[in-house]
Amino acid sequence: MEISRRHFLKIGGICVLGLVAQPLVKAFAQSDVSKASRDPKALTGKKWGLVFDATKCKYSEGCRECILSCHRTHNVPAIDDKKEEIKWIWAEPYENAFPGQGHEYIAAEIKEKPFIVLCNHCTDPPCVRVCPTKATFKREDGIVMMDYHRCIGCRFCMAACPYGARSFNFKDPRPFIKEENKEYPTREKGVVEKCNFCVERLDAGLMPACVEACPHKALFFGDLEEPGSDVSKILRSHYTIQRKPELGTRPNVYYIIV
Amino acid sequence: MIRMRDKPYIILGLVIFLGLLAFPFWYNVGKASAAPEPSLDTPAIRQLSQKQCVEARSYMRKSHMQLLNDWRNWVVRDGDRIYVAENGKKYEISLQNSCLQCHSNKAQFCDQCHNYVGVAPDCWTCHIEPEENK
Repeated sequence: MEISRRHFLKIGGICVLGLVAQPLVKAFAQSDVSKASRDPKALTGKKWGLVFDATKCKYSEGCRECILSCHRTHNVPAIDDKKEEIKWIWAEPYENAFPGQGHEYIAAEIKEKPFIVLCNHCTDPPCVRVCPTKATFKREDGIVMMDYHRCIGCRFCMAACPYGARSFNFKDPRPFIKEENKEYPTREKGVVEKCNFCVERLDAGLMPACVEACPHKALFFGDLEEPGSDVSKILRSHYTIQRKPELGTRPNVYYIIV
Repeated sequence: MIRMRDKPYIILGLVIFLGLLAFPFWYNVGKASAAPEPSLDTPAIRQLSQKQCVEARSYMRKSHMQLLNDWRNWVVRDGDRIYVAENGKKYEISLQNSCLQCHSNKAQFCDQCHNYVGVAPDCWTCHIEPEENK
């Protein structure tokens, strides 16, 4: 079929019109103008971070305040079966927390010491990169957050996370929650969950539950970009390490070892 | 090949077919279930001087699902937890801590309509229902 110049230009014109119309319609059809605002009490930061001081922690003497407080606040179920357990914050021995950062002559008290571990809220989070539904995403303040509504339970994020910070709900967690915190939801069967740096508490002007609960002041929380914050001061004055820094995830949880 | 003497059978077949097709209609004739009347009778609502939800009743009736969707996105994605209503009033955005504080009668409020229209929102697998319903 022969196509005339006039006909070709007509079709071309309609195509261009179509390309222009789509964004225009989108712009006008959008009605989701936010009618919400931030709580004036909310703590704001550019990059939240946490420092754990192992010299002050009394985990080995039986203290579990940070873990209990976190799990109580967020309705984290207590499932004993190791394969199905759910944890947001827990303790690991040195060699598990910092593999490759030890050697055979390392001091016994360090080797046996438990270190409190949790989601590192990485600056380059691999879990966010692999999530196919954008259920896991990074907030502007650096918190790696989950939208459980969107989680399809594919567990890519669990495979991607080098810190084992994520747990999967193999069964309905409700029966395993001893006392429900009525102000916070639970999760359901088939979603992944993890530490959220207490977003809901920060947004209401409170410090994370673990930091507030620690009776020995071994946990510090604050804005890493703010020179005057607790964490910045400590990081400037102490030697601190991160978990698996060689992976390039740039964790935002720091450890004082000795 | 259609033969004229098969006409009665064809018509009979068609009548039976249409009858079966219309089964849901004639089976349910006269059995319309009563329209739901969601109850607003809860201790928290009784104490309100001005019985108004975050937005007007007509809007809530028609669009509460959209509002809840927006609420979820604003809180989870943007961290904005204060809702500014049409009339300027401010509310904490939370299904458990705002909606259900007044509507503590989920069975008589939420479920009635949802059952009537045959929708099953899965809010309650994660969000904790108010005490009354347990």
